Amino acid sequence: MFGLANPQRFMDATRRLPAVLGVVAGLLLAAGVWLSFTAPPDYQQGETVRIMFIHVPAAWMSLFVYVCLGGSAFFGVVFRHALADAAARAAAPLGAGFTALALATGSLWGRPMWGTWWVNDARLVSVLILFLFYLGYMALQASIDDEQKAARASGVLALVGLVNVPIVHFSVNWWNSLHQDASVFRIGGPTISWPILAPLLVMALGYTVLFLALWIVRIRTEVTRRRALSLALKAAGAA
Amino acid sequence: MRSLGVLYRRELGMAWGRGGGPLLACAFFACIAALLPLAIGPSPERLAAVASGSAWLALALSSLLSLERLFERDFEDGALDLIALGPASLETVSAVKCLAQWTANGLPLSIMAPVVATALGAPLSLAVITFATALIGGLGFAFVGGTGAALALGARRGGVLVAVVVLPLLAPPVIFGAGAIEAYAAGMGWQAGFAFLAAYCLAAMGLSPFAMAAAVRNALS
Repeated sequence: MFGLANPQRFMDATRRLPAVLGVVAGLLLAAGVWLSFTAPPDYQQGETVRIMFIHVPAAWMSLFVYVCLGGSAFFGVVFRHALADAAARAAAPLGAGFTALALATGSLWGRPMWGTWWVNDARLVSVLILFLFYLGYMALQASIDDEQKAARASGVLALVGLVNVPIVHFSVNWWNSLHQDASVFRIGGPTISWPILAPLLVMALGYTVLFLALWIVRIRTEVTRRRALSLALKAAGAA
Repeated sequence: MRSLGVLYRRELGMAWGRGGGPLLACAFFACIAALLPLAIGPSPERLAAVASGSAWLALALSSLLSLERLFERDFEDGALDLIALGPASLETVSAVKCLAQWTANGLPLSIMAPVVATALGAPLSLAVITFATALIGGLGFAFVGGTGAALALGARRGGVLVAVVVLPLLAPPVIFGAGAIEAYAAGMGWQAGFAFLAAYCLAAMGLSPFAMAAAVRNALS
């Protein structure tokens, strides 16, 4: 793992990876979509259960990407790997995108199922706060001019956020149980049956591979951008 | 130890004296409380239902006000460089700064909190618990807010940035503080919420000085 921390070695090793991963992600997502539409409608939720195949993997990804972001930030802050900073920076907009997708599809699903676009349910609120963490991270990154300082400061913020994600989750759960919501929202049925579970898992795998492909593309872009920047600086110095 | 005492007195003097000090935060607090009935209507029942909760929300917003200057004024005039060269570690310096921020802003605000809540229509019997939760919560606000302020050092539009970075982190103390008051009002056990609030603030006191010191070192490097 530490061998890949060298940007040049990383660039050489991942030259073909995004294309391969992209094709795999495309196949998985296509299969997932096909399975989603051929799955039998839920006996309680009818056809709207198909929103789940987009929504639930996005919600999983929102947390998974935050862990990737926090892990990269840890390596960036503690071991001062430039590549780890680039990885953290590259992951943030992707994670914010998945979280926004989870919130939007959840809202669209909530309308027919619960009769409302938004309820102050524990899980909804903690995902919204996670989205705000992503926004805060990107805002801090964007507003410090010196790139190295921006990376370090936002890395510290990502670690603070990593500590806070479970605390926020716990506190929101506590708040929700205190308020005693009138209804408990759960997917109908005791357990998810295989025809529903299969497209869900395929979609989740597709999302993960898609994220990895996009992440590597973004890290490569970031490394190239820094090289271009340093070349431009050198050229300006020589002139 | 003596140098920390000197630093504390200096910080307190800056927080009280410069830029309006606690008066500004208290005025902001009162402004939000005055606007609230205009926004949701003058009906006393409706106001009373949200009184202590909105007092807590206003408290969280008001304690953000002076955070921007907590590290920035010393960063701009070079005092932070001198302090970093001094005998005390940046971790303790940050903690002392946050404690002074709490004394100068959190304390006046928590004295105002029961007044505002009562004016909005909360029963007088909630005054003591409102004060107590606001006092403890203010400690958490100061330390978590100080982390945001240290991270935003050297950033453009620092003030707005601090708010965006810090407000999501303030969700747990707001939940526990307002929850404790609500449970007390309903005659249920308020101790759990209060204990969680205190635990959050202790954790913030223990952990955030390290984040602040890392952020300040990064800004000074």
